[in-house]
Amino acid sequence: MDAIKAIGLTQKFGDNTAVKNLTINIKEGEVFGLVGPDGAGKTTVMRLLAGLIAPTAGDAWVYGCHTVEDSGQLSNHISYMPQRFGLYMDLTVQENIDFYADLYNVPRQIRKEKTAELLAFSNMIPFRDRLARNLSGGMKQKLALACALIHTPKVLLLDEPTNGVDPLSRRDFWRILYKLLEEKVTIFVSTAYLDEAERCGRIGLLHRGELILFGTPDEVKTHMSGVLIEIRCAEPRQILADLRTKLTLVSAGLFGAKIHLVLSGEPNQILEMVKNTLKEMGVQAEAEIVGPSLEDVFISMIRPIEGSDASV
Amino acid sequence: MNMYRVIAIIRKEFIHILRDPRSLGMAIAMPILLIFLFGSSLSLDVDHVPLVVWDQNGTHESREFIGRFTASRYFDLNGHVTSYAEIEEAIDKREAILALVIPREFSRKLESGRKADVQLIADGSDANTATIAIGYAQMVADGYTSSLLLKAADQQGAKRVKIPVEVQPRVWFNQNMLAKNYIIPGLIAVIMMVISALLTSLTIAREWENGTMEQLITTPLTPSELIVGKLTPYFAIGMLDVVLAVLMGQYLFEVPLRGNTALVFGMAALFLPGALTMGMLISIMTRSQLLASQLAMVLTFLPSFLLSGFMYSIANMPIVIQGLTYLVPSRFFIVILKNIYLKGAGFAIILTEAGILLLFAVVLIVVANIKLKKRLV
Repeated sequence: MDAIKAIGLTQKFGDNTAVKNLTINIKEGEVFGLVGPDGAGKTTVMRLLAGLIAPTAGDAWVYGCHTVEDSGQLSNHISYMPQRFGLYMDLTVQENIDFYADLYNVPRQIRKEKTAELLAFSNMIPFRDRLARNLSGGMKQKLALACALIHTPKVLLLDEPTNGVDPLSRRDFWRILYKLLEEKVTIFVSTAYLDEAERCGRIGLLHRGELILFGTPDEVKTHMSGVLIEIRCAEPRQILADLRTKLTLVSAGLFGAKIHLVLSGEPNQILEMVKNTLKEMGVQAEAEIVGPSLEDVFISMIRPIEGSDASV
Repeated sequence: MNMYRVIAIIRKEFIHILRDPRSLGMAIAMPILLIFLFGSSLSLDVDHVPLVVWDQNGTHESREFIGRFTASRYFDLNGHVTSYAEIEEAIDKREAILALVIPREFSRKLESGRKADVQLIADGSDANTATIAIGYAQMVADGYTSSLLLKAADQQGAKRVKIPVEVQPRVWFNQNMLAKNYIIPGLIAVIMMVISALLTSLTIAREWENGTMEQLITTPLTPSELIVGKLTPYFAIGMLDVVLAVLMGQYLFEVPLRGNTALVFGMAALFLPGALTMGMLISIMTRSQLLASQLAMVLTFLPSFLLSGFMYSIANMPIVIQGLTYLVPSRFFIVILKNIYLKGAGFAIILTEAGILLLFAVVLIVVANIKLKKRLV
């Protein structure tokens, strides 16, 4: 069974189309990562799947429940964690968890075990009686996750859960998510972090409301349009600017001290051409063909559509 | 409706209230303060009208006539003057609302059996008080006239003369016609309307502003569970406020409560759910705490004061406005409270009004339920 199924899902806000004709299947027990630049429509997709808004056109089913017609049933199977911290700041960690446990009618005994387990796993036991307002950003997110997991949902919808969270808490966070996979929980997570996207079973790239790539991270990387060449050199910023004037580039960017160029054509010929150009410029540099990262792929996909300034 | 979820909301709301002592303090202090302020300043009684006298006659008769005024509790003699300029000055300085001018020929005319005119000058800048004060003066003058007539008849040796018709007024329910006795019960109704709506006007809007609503919508929580769960704690605070208000009426303003005290609280329990839901409905519609609290203030304060029959008699309003008053729940609560307080009325008398309050509550709760959709937009 598909845990999440959407057919032709479309959401318009006035003249603005936030989500365009989204068709997607997510298998049960899968981690799916929805990636895209800010304003791509990620949050709208999450809200559509959580039944928070009714789509302008198309249908979606989550765990077999239609998001509009069976929204009552739907709420028993899903947990949705909105991007904005959705907990009560004047309640303690324990009170927040208890509140959501009550809303989902989690039996007392299970609740106790589950709370202990969640708090232990997220390293939050010492903070049980602390007001949510006094938690750090990372801990707030872990608490929100604990609240979302107290009733053992079948499908977990997470909207940029690790936005602005420190790396250590992020690792805790993903540890909890992986553990959920053992329990066959389906996770639909939106993120702007591509290292997190690499952790997902499958990913989709959303751009201007359209899903322009879909597959496992490795599959997605084969969609690289063109050849990626990495150049190591001194003063990469200046050299990149010069290269832009000399070569016809699909896209280009700086990755730390390295330059990534994407060109279309036969790989070896392209490499020769780049090396020759560098030589003509009198630059000491090493150039080689590399396998693209997700970031390279996404930039190469988005740039041609958008022009020059897109960032992922 | 799932009771566990309702209790979860009730518990959560109580925690919110208790951990925000400032708001809780406001919820309790505000009605006390309002009832105290309005109760002590809103007096519609007119007595101790300041009076100056220009006695041009200066005889035994004129002094006796003036004595009739000073003996009455309605007038305070603020001194004698000797010119119109002084009268004008006294009225300008608000030392007098009424001025009595007794002409030089007052006693002579009386003795010769002719009509003796006296002049009464009133400060019309407060027309209401002036009208009432003139009425009092008329009453005093009439009393003096009839006593003169009787005396004259006696002296002429006539048989005991009787005044043909004499009105013997007897005021029921409020013998001394003390305004506070009907102001305080009405005030409790008005203040409770305003406070109730203010209390709940923030609740739903706060969930929207803090982003917690978005998460609540995706849980199995239903709108009716949320509404009932949120109403309950504020109902408790509202009842506490009513208890305080009744105690203030009893011990601070010494307003007699002739009816059953339990009936007062029972009716308050019938009134509060509607009033509280009104605030919540405003909160649901606006989704903004600031806007909701301002709207709640305006939408309850003005109608409760002006259209409930508290300040102005409904019977004297234009017919369209009279129709509007039926939409003001405090109108009915005021009738109920005045009936219990002043007339000692039992439940049977106020059945209609009680039914209307119940109807208000039911309609508002149903509307709030419909408006609180489980959708973001």
